[in-house]
Amino acid sequence: MERRSPAFTLFVYAAAALLGVCLVLPIFWLFVMSVSPASDLAAKPLRWWPEHLDLSRYRLLLTWAENTTGKDFLSALRNSLTVAGMAVAAALAVAVPAAWAVSRRPSIEWSLQVLIMTYMLPPVALAVPLYMGLAALGLLNSVFGLALIYLSILAPFTTWLLKSGFDAIPRDLEAAAAIDGARLDQTLRIVILPLAAPVLSTAALFALLLAWDEFFYALLFTADQRAKTVTVAIADIAGGRIADYGLIAAAGVLAALPPLLIGALMQRAIVAGLTGGGVKG
Amino acid sequence: MTSTRTDLRAWALMLPLLVVILGVVSWPLASTVHLSLTDAGMAARSGNFVGLGNFTRNLGSGAFRAAFVNTAWFTAVSVSAELVLGVLAALLLNQEFRGRSFLRALMILPWALPTVVNAILWRLIYNPEYGALNSALYQLGLIDAYRSWLGQPSSAMMAMVVADVWKNFPLVGLISLAALQSVPRETLAAAIVDGAGPWARFRHVMLPYLAGPLMIAIVLRTIEAFKVFDIVWIMTRGGPANSTRTLSILVYQEAFSFQRAGSGASLALIVTLVVMMLAVAYVAIMRRTALRV
Amino acid sequence: MKVLISTALAGAFALGAGAAWAETTLNALFMAQAAYSEADVRAMADGYMKAHPDIKLNLEFVPYEGLRDKTLLAQGSGQGYDVVLFDVIWPAEYATNKILLDVSDRITPEMKAGVLPGAWTTVEYQGHKYGMPWILDTKYLFYNKAMLEKAGIAEPPKTWDELSAQAKIIKDKGIAQYPIVWSWAQAEAVICDYATLISAYGGKFLDDQGKPVFNEDGGLKALEYMKASMDAGLTNPNSKEYLEEDVRRVFSNGEAAFALNWTYMYNLANSGDDSKVKGQVGVEPAPGVEGISKVSAMNGSMGLGVTTTSKNPDAAWDFVVYMTSQKTQDAYAKLSLPIWTSSYDDPAVAKGQEALIAAAKVALAAMFPRPETPKYNELSALIQVAIQQALLGSATPADALTSAKEQSGL
Repeated sequence: MERRSPAFTLFVYAAAALLGVCLVLPIFWLFVMSVSPASDLAAKPLRWWPEHLDLSRYRLLLTWAENTTGKDFLSALRNSLTVAGMAVAAALAVAVPAAWAVSRRPSIEWSLQVLIMTYMLPPVALAVPLYMGLAALGLLNSVFGLALIYLSILAPFTTWLLKSGFDAIPRDLEAAAAIDGARLDQTLRIVILPLAAPVLSTAALFALLLAWDEFFYALLFTADQRAKTVTVAIADIAGGRIADYGLIAAAGVLAALPPLLIGALMQRAIVAGLTGGGVKG
Repeated sequence: MTSTRTDLRAWALMLPLLVVILGVVSWPLASTVHLSLTDAGMAARSGNFVGLGNFTRNLGSGAFRAAFVNTAWFTAVSVSAELVLGVLAALLLNQEFRGRSFLRALMILPWALPTVVNAILWRLIYNPEYGALNSALYQLGLIDAYRSWLGQPSSAMMAMVVADVWKNFPLVGLISLAALQSVPRETLAAAIVDGAGPWARFRHVMLPYLAGPLMIAIVLRTIEAFKVFDIVWIMTRGGPANSTRTLSILVYQEAFSFQRAGSGASLALIVTLVVMMLAVAYVAIMRRTALRV
Repeated sequence: MKVLISTALAGAFALGAGAAWAETTLNALFMAQAAYSEADVRAMADGYMKAHPDIKLNLEFVPYEGLRDKTLLAQGSGQGYDVVLFDVIWPAEYATNKILLDVSDRITPEMKAGVLPGAWTTVEYQGHKYGMPWILDTKYLFYNKAMLEKAGIAEPPKTWDELSAQAKIIKDKGIAQYPIVWSWAQAEAVICDYATLISAYGGKFLDDQGKPVFNEDGGLKALEYMKASMDAGLTNPNSKEYLEEDVRRVFSNGEAAFALNWTYMYNLANSGDDSKVKGQVGVEPAPGVEGISKVSAMNGSMGLGVTTTSKNPDAAWDFVVYMTSQKTQDAYAKLSLPIWTSSYDDPAVAKGQEALIAAAKVALAAMFPRPETPKYNELSALIQVAIQQALLGSATPADALTSAKEQSGL
């Protein structure tokens, strides 16, 4: 590395500070709004820091009692967790064998490429028939129905990520296992999966974030506390009769908390996943 | 073991995935294609066969053209901004400085923030009376009166682009950073010894490593930007005066608000075709430039 | 042992059957916006469930914008809601597509006689009734008494020109930067304000043959008034991106002297905890135009109906009757006024909101309809864009409205 001039070093730190502020400021402001008294948020110009903390919105949103906003919101959080959890688990279950097959049999890789193309379909293109289909199966307004739809979004993409992970695992290992008389499922379980653990967790993570983020299908296919996810719940709060922006902000903070925590805690895995060839193809 | 047998076994392993996609995507897609050739409304559901009538009518309509231009503009501006800012952020994070890994961790935050929350957050920031943007610009003396950011066609689309770029440039940045870190130090050192300036180093040493991953990031972001729905739905619903109505919003209106499922389906398929053409074009460019860089 | 098992089975069976009998579940779709608050609706529903332990109610609340889409989608699938809230502009479409049960025969003579005659138009299409009116609403002119007093204005405006003149005084004296605030976002809200003005100017959306005429006479003058008010800086320019809730926020914060909004704003602004203009809120019927109208009003009412796909139409109708009954409505009359004529002379209902009741008596009798057509949504979307184009100055009011007329295909 060449020696950096002091001016360049200063520039690097200034740029880093600017980047950091840009990244954090909007999210931080969301948090400040969520704890500012309503009067501060309606001041002109704004009061940037609350005189006293107002935690009433969190209390409202986190109260579990019949017929309350809190129950509505908490059910939505629960539904999001359930739907995302089921969809991710199912996606991994179908993706692992498929990814292994494609990785070891390049001659069928074209089929995965065709499946990946489904990513190009705008959800509006499938919404009407899917609605009718779910209705026929009795899966409207059901976490299972929504999880099934999400599975179809997550599976090709997860397979693709896993395939590049499997590609990096030398074939000699399987050959050795085969000579020792291991069946295919044993080879996969005992030899491949432990080696692929990092890419598996990355794939699960990406899939989880994707499922948590989904809005359009949830908007159309869910109706109430039984299945409505948190993205729809917060859009309803923001679009409904709310005079207090703080409440909208608090709901936003709570809805963002799970993915933000996961992202922050697992950032190494994410970066590793991006480096580990997944995105390189 | 014969090759056909292993092929068969590979197909068997693919089967669950194929069943899922066939059931949840292919069948509805076929149904949409069928719908697009009819004049079906939503509640009535049965429609008459009209051939390609929906396609020709929609392709010729002013509403489609306007929405297409809006979408293309949104896509072009936000993806290029994400690309430039992402690469700049990556070049910065590739330098050594204290707090680098912390800053890299912060890059995850906007990307992990759910799209809907992001849209709501920015709508609050742009609020004409109580929004942070007006207040901040006013207090800094940059504007002398509050503005209606989402109420003016000139600024509404730009405001949405900013929100989208803020959320998505970190992902491009992280991908680029990963690529930059795969550049061998010796190669870089050799370039410095040869007297290559910063630009030459970027162009001839780093870019070859960046190009592939970046291209994939661009493809993904372009596809997503072209399908954009959530952020428009939350922030403007296509207003003011349809100036932010994108194709996905138009499809939604046609199929759901105006109850013309057949026509809506044809529009949805047109959007799909455009996205596919874009993806194919990118891949072609990627193939060709791969030889050069 | 065998006996024990069979007893247990029988017990389980009886329990199961008992549960099936006890639980008729009704799904009902409401809105989380103007009129009754979500808490009010939930409290009403709780009251119903207490009186009917065999009924379980699932209430869903969506923003107004989602109400129709949800109803239509659910209908297409053949399952979904038993009771839906619907806007006055939808019966034509709902009836044409057989979404709501025709309940003409279920309406008793007492109901017929007791409900305000104007309210019935909310649920009628071609002589049939498709539900009960529930939210009886129109746009009122709200004003800030303190601001008017400070400006030396003794009486709220009786005509739209007077409104402009008073707003000008308030603006010139620096009491409010933008004295009037409306909901002119690209949404149904702007059509409601526009319809109010059309009624004042004696215009029409469609002529007797169903052909659009909103681009001439009253319809054109209404839009010209909107544009002039905005260009003169009398109207808050942000109105272009506002819905009703934004109007309420701006008015409740004491930043506007006048606002056009629904009934629900009166008590929220005049006595709500988050209001800075408590006790200063005046309400009048929207003004008229000299020589044409004394007041103006549009029908912004909503009804409750039973869907054709409901498996328990009788129970669903019973719930609708309960929700729209005079007793229920009188008990929750702060955010939405009853549909019952005699309620308006009931001191208990009027208590604390005498001004609103006085305005309502005049305005509700003058309610002007939005066009009755199965293609309403499309027509509305075109007019919304035309209004915004005119307000933004990208087309003259006449050109914008004429273009909307041509595109409507009516």
